[in-house]
Amino acid sequence: MTQARDEIKIGGLGASRKRVEDNRFIRGRGRYVDDIVLPRMLHMEILRSPLAHARITSIDVSKAWAIPGVRLVLTGEMMASRNLAWMPTLSYDTQAVLATDKVRFQGQEVACVVADDPYIAKDACEAIVVEYEPLPAIVNPQQAMAEGAPLIRDDKENQHDNVVFNWEVGDSDGTDRAFAQADLVSTLELHYPRSHPSPIECCGSIADFDRSTSKLTVYMTTQAPHIIRAAVALVAELPEHMIRIVSPDLGGGFGNKVPVYPGYVMSILASILLERPVKWIEDKTGNLISTGFGRDIYLRGEMALRQDGKILGVRMHTDSDHGAFFSDAQPSKFKIGLMHSTFACYDIPAAHLTARGVYTNKAPGGVAYRCSFRVTEAMFFQERMMQAAADDLGIDQAEFRRRNFVRDDDFPHRTPFGFLTDSGQYGKCLDVGLQAIGYQEFLKEKEEAKKQGRLLGIGISTMTEPLGAGNSREYDILGIKMFDSAELRVHMTGKAILRTGAKTQGQGHETTWAQIVAHELGIPAADITVEEGDTDTAPFGMGTYASRSTPVAGAAVAMVSRKVRAKARKLAAHLLEVSEEDIEWELGRFYVRSAPDHGVTIQECAMAAYSNMPDGMEPGLENVAYYDPPNLTWPFGCYIVTVEVDPQTGVWDVLRVVAVDDCGVRINPMIVEGQIMGGLTEAYAMASMQFMTFDAQGNCVGSNYMDYLLPTAWETPGYELHEVVTPSPHHPIGAKGVGECATVGGPAAFVNAVLDAIKDTGVRNIDMPLLPDRVFEALTTGRDVSGAPPVRTDDQ
Amino acid sequence: MSGLNEEIRELPAADVPTRRVSITVNGEKRTADVEPRLLLAHLLRQAFRLTGTHTGCDTSNCGACTVLYDGTPVKSCTMLAVQADGHQVTTVEGLAGPSELHPIQEGFSDEHGLQCGFCTPGMMLAATALLRENPDPTEDEVRWALSGNLCRCTGYQNIVKSVLWAAKKLQSQSAS
Repeated sequence: MTQARDEIKIGGLGASRKRVEDNRFIRGRGRYVDDIVLPRMLHMEILRSPLAHARITSIDVSKAWAIPGVRLVLTGEMMASRNLAWMPTLSYDTQAVLATDKVRFQGQEVACVVADDPYIAKDACEAIVVEYEPLPAIVNPQQAMAEGAPLIRDDKENQHDNVVFNWEVGDSDGTDRAFAQADLVSTLELHYPRSHPSPIECCGSIADFDRSTSKLTVYMTTQAPHIIRAAVALVAELPEHMIRIVSPDLGGGFGNKVPVYPGYVMSILASILLERPVKWIEDKTGNLISTGFGRDIYLRGEMALRQDGKILGVRMHTDSDHGAFFSDAQPSKFKIGLMHSTFACYDIPAAHLTARGVYTNKAPGGVAYRCSFRVTEAMFFQERMMQAAADDLGIDQAEFRRRNFVRDDDFPHRTPFGFLTDSGQYGKCLDVGLQAIGYQEFLKEKEEAKKQGRLLGIGISTMTEPLGAGNSREYDILGIKMFDSAELRVHMTGKAILRTGAKTQGQGHETTWAQIVAHELGIPAADITVEEGDTDTAPFGMGTYASRSTPVAGAAVAMVSRKVRAKARKLAAHLLEVSEEDIEWELGRFYVRSAPDHGVTIQECAMAAYSNMPDGMEPGLENVAYYDPPNLTWPFGCYIVTVEVDPQTGVWDVLRVVAVDDCGVRINPMIVEGQIMGGLTEAYAMASMQFMTFDAQGNCVGSNYMDYLLPTAWETPGYELHEVVTPSPHHPIGAKGVGECATVGGPAAFVNAVLDAIKDTGVRNIDMPLLPDRVFEALTTGRDVSGAPPVRTDDQ
Repeated sequence: MSGLNEEIRELPAADVPTRRVSITVNGEKRTADVEPRLLLAHLLRQAFRLTGTHTGCDTSNCGACTVLYDGTPVKSCTMLAVQADGHQVTTVEGLAGPSELHPIQEGFSDEHGLQCGFCTPGMMLAATALLRENPDPTEDEVRWALSGNLCRCTGYQNIVKSVLWAAKKLQSQSAS
C-alpha cells in the first residue's frame, strides 16, 4: 500500500501524470519536419498525374528548366537511368517512384522540380508539359476481375490479370460440416469504404547528403525510422551506417506515415545530385490522393447458427482493393493482414476465410489505419454479422453475444483461425456497458418513442483485437522480425535517459515510458528523459503503428529497467556489505532483509556505479533490451451507442456513447482515456461521413477537406468511459495497448444503432458512411443500401 | 535537435516584384519585402521563423494555421501577407510572455487537450478569441466556436474541457 502511494507520487504506473511533451507544443515550439531549416536548403515539389490510367507519350520539361531559381527537374526516364524509377514496397511488390511507361492512378508522381523556394518549384511543375493517351480506368474489384479487363500491371512479368493474391485460412471441411448442421444460416454482404488516415500534418522530408562525410541525413515524417533506414540502404544502395533517419515531432500518423513514399526517395536523390539539403513538404491534396489509404474491402459473410443462439461456424470471403501497387504495410505472412483475428472473442468451433486482393487504378495503400493490420475491417464485419444473426434468430443482441463469448476460465483460448487469446472478462465488460447505458430502460423508452413515431436505436459492438506484433516466429516486415527495443542509461546522480525503437506521434511516449522506468526502478519520472526517432542514437526497433508500442517497446522498457536493477542490486550489496541474497527491493530502494532500516537508494547505487564500484565490476549503469513478445496481447472493448433517426430526413443524432475498455494495466489513465476518445471519434467519422470514393474515370472524390469530411467539435458526440482491468498474463507489466481499440470496435456500434432504429422497415444493411440520404433511401424504399456512395455528376 | 541553423531567406530573387509590408506581430513591428502572392502563413513561418503556426490543408478547413488578425481568428494559409500590411497579428508565440503561460495554454496541458500538438496552436488562438467575446461559454458554445479547427487525435472532448478550464481561470483572475 505504501508502495502504491509512493509510486503515484513519483509518476509511476497508474499516475495520470501531465504530459512532458505538452510543454513545447502549447508554446508553439514543437519541431515538425516543416519547421526545420538547414543552410543552403532547396525545395522540391511534385507534378502528379491528372488521369487515373494513361500511357505517357511525352514529357517536355524545357519550360520548367527556363524558370530562374530552378535547380533540378526529374522525370521517370531520368530516374530509370539511375535504376531508381521503381522501388520495392513493404509487401514484396514494386511501386513507381516516377512514372515511366504509364500512370496507374490519379495523383501518381510524374515529375519533380527542385528550386530555390517552394513557390518557384510549383511554378515550374505547372510549366512541365505531359501528353497522355488515356486508358480505361478500373475503380473496383468487380471491374478488375471482369473478362477482358485492361491489365494494370503490364510492367510485371507473369502478371496476366489484375489479381494480387488469393489467400485462405481456417478449416474449410470443418466449416462445411458446421454449416450442414445449422438450423439457420445468416448471410450478410458488406463494404468497408476506402478511408484515408489523414493526419493534419502531411508527409514530408528533408534530405541532406554531405559529400565531405558521405553521410545522408533525412528528417522525415515516419512512424518507423529504422525500417526506412533499411529501405533506403537497399533502394539507394548506400551503406547503412552512412544513413541517419530522424523522425522529429509528428503531426499525427494513424498508419499514414509507415510506408516509403516516392517523395522521400526523390528528395534523397535530389540531395545526392545537388549536394544540398532538399525539403519536400506534401500538400493536402497530394497526401489525400497518393498516400496510404485504409480499408476498401468487400465481404460476403455467412454464419451457421443453432436455434438456441449458438454459433456453429463462420464462412467469409473478402475482395480487397489495393490500388495500383500492393504496398500494404503488414506482416509478410498474412496477405489480408490480421483479418482472420475476426470472431476471436466468441467461442466458435469452425471458421474459414478466403481472401482475394486486386489491383485497381486507385492510390496504393491498405495501411493499418489506426489498427493492427485490417482488424478494423475484421471486427466491423464480425459485429455487423453478429447483429444481423441476432435479428435473424430473434434473440436480444446483448444476450446473443453473451451466449457465445469465450468464458473467463477458458484462457488461453485458441480461436477458430488459430490465434491464442491471452485473457479477458468479456461478460463483465458487457455488463458494465449495459448497466452504464441503462439497457432495459432504453428498450422501454424506445418502444414508447415508437408510439409517437420517433425512431430510437441502440447498437452494441464487442470485440477483442490482437495487438503487439509480434512474436518473431510469425511476424516480420520484409523479413525483419517484429521485435522492439529500449536502451536505458542512468547517470551518476540518478537521473536517466531512455531511448526506444518506437516513435511517438501523439501517444505521449515521453511521458509514459518514464512512468514504466519509475515503476521498475523508483526513479521519479520527472528525472527521466525519453528520446525516440533518431536512428543514430535509438536502438533498432520496428516503430509505432498497430498499437504495438506499449505491448512491445513498452515491454522492452520494463525489461531494460529490470536489467539495470539487477546490476544496481550488486552495487547495493557492495555498499551495504552484505551478499546479494540478503537484499530486498522496494520501490527505489534496496535494504537488508534482517535490518530493513539499513538500505541504499537507487540513486546511491547509480553514484556508486561511477565512483565506488566493487573490484572487477564494469563501471556504469546502463543496458539495452530487445523484446520479442511471446504472444500478441488481446484487449477487449465494449461500445454501446444510442441514436435517434429523423424519419423525415434520414439524419441521425447520437444520444449517448458508452465505452468500456479493458486494455490491461493502465500506465497513465489520462492518456489512455485520451486515446479512447480519439479512437471513438474516428469510429464516428467512418460511420457518419468520412470516406473516399471515385468516379468512373478514376477521379478521386475526397482530394481535399471540402470533399473529404472529417468531424468537427460540433458534430462529434460526447463520450462516457468505463474500465475493466484484466492484466495481460505475458506482458511484463500486464499492459495490452489501447490506441486503436475504439477505432476498431466503434464503427459497428454506430451502424448497428442506426439499423436498430429502422429495423421495422426490414432493412438489414446500409453500408458506411451512413449519410442522411442513404438512411433516407433505406427508410423510404425498405431496401438495403450497398456499396460505395455513387458519385453524382452534372451529366447524370 | 542538433545540427540546425537558420538561414532566413526574406527576400525573393531580384527580378520578382515585391511589396514592403509592415505588420505588428505579437506586439513587435516587423517589416519584410514580399511577393504579392506570398501567403501570410508562409511569411510568419519562413521569414519571421514563427513556426508555431502550422499549415495543414491549404483550403481553410483545418484551422492549424489560425492566427488572430486584429484580434479575430483567421486562417493564415488563405490570406496574403500583403493583406496584413498595417495590421496586428498574434500567433501562438505571442499568447504569453517569455516565461509565462496564458490560461488557455495551462488549460490544454491540464485537461490533456492535445496529443500530437499540430492543431493545438490554432485551437488555442480560436479559443482565446472566443473567451474574449464570451468569458463564460457553455460546452455547445465552445464546440461551435472551435468548429473551424480540426483535430484528429483527441475527439475534442478534452479540448472543450481545456477551454472551460481556461474560462474559469480567467474569470477568477479578473475577479481578483
